[in-house]
Amino acid sequence: MSAQINDQRLLATFRVADLNLGVDVGCVQEVLSHQEPTKVPLAATVIAGLVNLRGEIITALHLRERLGLPANAGNRGGMSLILRTEHGPVSLVVDAIGDVLEVGAQTHEPLPATVPARTRVLLDGVYKLPGRLLLVLDVKKALDLASTRGEGR
Amino acid sequence: MSISGEDRQELIREFLVESYENLDRMDRELVTLERDATARDAIDSIFRTVHTIKGTCGFLGLARLERVAHVGENLLGQLRDGELVVTEGLANALLETGDALRSMLRTIEATCEEGPDDHAALIARLTALCEDGAHDPDNARPSQDKPPAEAKPQVMRSEGERATPTDAYVRVNVRLLDSLMNLVGELVLVRNQMLEFVPGFTHQGFTASAQRLSLITTSIQAEAMKTRMQPIRGLWDKLPRVVRDLSVTCGKEVRLVMEGQDTELDRTIIESIKDPLLHLVRNCVDHGIENPTAREAAGKARQGQLMLRAFHEGGQVVIEIADDGAGLNLERIRGKALERGLIGHEQAAGMAERELGALIFLPGFSTAATVSNVSGRGVGMDVVKTNIERIGGSVDLQTRRGQGTSFRIKIPLTLAIVPALIVTSAGERFAIPQINLPELVRLKDQEAGNGVELIHGTPVYRLRGKLLPLAYLDVALGLRAAGERTSRKAVNIVVLEIDQRRFGLVIDGIIDTQEIVVKPLGRHLQDAGVFAGATIMGDGRVALILDVSGLAQQAGLIETRNDTAVNAGPAARAHQEVLHSWLLCEGEGGRRLALPLRQVARLEVFARSKFEQAGDQWVVQYRGGILPIIGVGGDRPAPNADPVHVVVHEDGPRCVGVMVDKILDVVEDASVPGETGKSLARCRTAILAQAVTELIDLPGIVQRAATLSPGVW
Repeated sequence: MSAQINDQRLLATFRVADLNLGVDVGCVQEVLSHQEPTKVPLAATVIAGLVNLRGEIITALHLRERLGLPANAGNRGGMSLILRTEHGPVSLVVDAIGDVLEVGAQTHEPLPATVPARTRVLLDGVYKLPGRLLLVLDVKKALDLASTRGEGR
Repeated sequence: MSISGEDRQELIREFLVESYENLDRMDRELVTLERDATARDAIDSIFRTVHTIKGTCGFLGLARLERVAHVGENLLGQLRDGELVVTEGLANALLETGDALRSMLRTIEATCEEGPDDHAALIARLTALCEDGAHDPDNARPSQDKPPAEAKPQVMRSEGERATPTDAYVRVNVRLLDSLMNLVGELVLVRNQMLEFVPGFTHQGFTASAQRLSLITTSIQAEAMKTRMQPIRGLWDKLPRVVRDLSVTCGKEVRLVMEGQDTELDRTIIESIKDPLLHLVRNCVDHGIENPTAREAAGKARQGQLMLRAFHEGGQVVIEIADDGAGLNLERIRGKALERGLIGHEQAAGMAERELGALIFLPGFSTAATVSNVSGRGVGMDVVKTNIERIGGSVDLQTRRGQGTSFRIKIPLTLAIVPALIVTSAGERFAIPQINLPELVRLKDQEAGNGVELIHGTPVYRLRGKLLPLAYLDVALGLRAAGERTSRKAVNIVVLEIDQRRFGLVIDGIIDTQEIVVKPLGRHLQDAGVFAGATIMGDGRVALILDVSGLAQQAGLIETRNDTAVNAGPAARAHQEVLHSWLLCEGEGGRRLALPLRQVARLEVFARSKFEQAGDQWVVQYRGGILPIIGVGGDRPAPNADPVHVVVHEDGPRCVGVMVDKILDVVEDASVPGETGKSLARCRTAILAQAVTELIDLPGIVQRAATLSPGVW
């Protein structure tokens, strides 16, 4: 579902800890200021809980935790990025939402091997923008908890 | 023909739907007809079905389909006129005709064209049968146990005389009903939310309107639920044909009796139990009911009976499938389960009849000596159980050797909107479906302090004289540590019941009973065993719905279904305190020996050639390591038999093998205490299973062997 004009792509950007990330804008259903999810006892720590999205119950995941980053001491506040998936909407808890940016293929590069594997498998390369690096989140992999079951419990 | 493409598509669609229904009905009628050749209505109805199909095919230009229907109609015409009688061969041919028509319809459905198959062979057969009838009406061989048919006078029926009124029903697309159901669910949620505001409003007009709205919503909900309910007849209608075909294939004679066809269940549930039901029926016919010869030899009627019963009970639908066949061989089941490593020796020894029967539901289990084409591949029963449990149901069985087996499936009436009790624990809200909730207990003041008694650290409560095991919800969910529970003024216990077992759940507080809309947990939470789903509360927040069965397992109150390890669960362990299990063996000179089963890890048989000597210690290579072999005296005799029976004892990481001449049996005895003397081996004899037996202390003789040759050990 990528919006590609020539070699350009439109990415919705957001921030988690000190990482700038982006996903294809077509994946994003909406953006909400953070709602406190209902916690699910005994679930994996990456699962933030369940939220009510206009009558539909969707799962919220801690993107921080998913990327293997240290937890934020005050894990409140922040924003919810609601993504469209084939199984229904899923909410990602992130720290802040950025703009929609147009990026070109010429600035894209695969991630260096020095990035820790656990984070690297969830990312799909990086765009070298002036002043910062924008990492591309592989939505499918990021939301597929089954492949990394056993970690994070 | 000038029908527009779209109109033609629409006509074909309607034609398909109607024809499938009619062909299904035709199947049932043919089975009835085979048993009772005088069933006039059946013949007429079947004729009409084929006649209608033929006519519409002609109109729509479906030549191949028309040809098959035409020959079928001819044959049926002769049947109707009494020129032919229903024989097994004729019934088969007509059933195949129905199948052929169905298959051609499916091709049309998928590709909008008739397929290449013109069913020439079938047409030829049908034509031949027609000619038989025309030339030789005595060429009739009656099918199973039917009275010979008499030639019936032809009765002309006009269309208006049809018995069933067709104008009381309308055809509605299922998607429309689902959408309606969803909207009703949303309406219930909003109604719940709105009711929360009512106390804050003093305007009487508003309160009255709100009440009325609430009542109407409840009514709409009840009516909408009814649209989802369908009689189980829809599911069972296919069974006569299935049972008939199966009986012919397996060479059995089976009579199918069905009761309670009008019992209604939720449409989605019907879908889910279709396959399990079919498998159980197949199982009964294939394995349960004996062949006619065997039945006669056992003094039973040649024809076996398969009885299906459905009824409502306690908010659930119960479906019983019972046969009067041979019953399950529980001993063989025990043996097979042991052989497959599905249960341990101790567990096997201690199992009651009910538990033995339940073994057939374990994955990979099948005692069918011959795996037939139909069933017995060992993948059926556990899938049946899983599918039924997935929709919140349960399956149970009872069996009597020589008399038959009966399966009982229990499923919830509906999944979507259920009454629930809302409780709090550690500041969180949870919903408990009322179906599992017979009682609430509240202990106040002094009772709160003393009411909960401890048995070796396990909390229980005396409920009307019977002990109720307790679990703390907050602790079970990891919301509070066990030690953090502060003593409270009042203790609230929710009594829960599953599988006729009760346990108590201690919670902080009770909020209310409510009808909640059950929403499934997302795929990320699929294996959250303690939660059955989630719901949206009046304030818009999400609350989790407890899965009572999962919670009981989590809290350790019942054994898990998959508890197949050698270490038996708490119930079996309790059993052990009462009866002790012994492994009876024969030693040299025919002496009877008994070893505590508890100390036996495995029984092995080794060829004589496998024995090697390390110094003066005999050993065998075993599971990647070395197994020293000793005699029952702790000595090291040479192995004298071939093969050699060895009892493997595990002492921590060490394994030792003890040679015996023969393994006799496993016995249980309440009178003999479990622990033998710790000092020397063979210092005790006792009467075990009516014979004098020497009691062996395995750890004792292992120790003795170690002292005799410290180097090896």
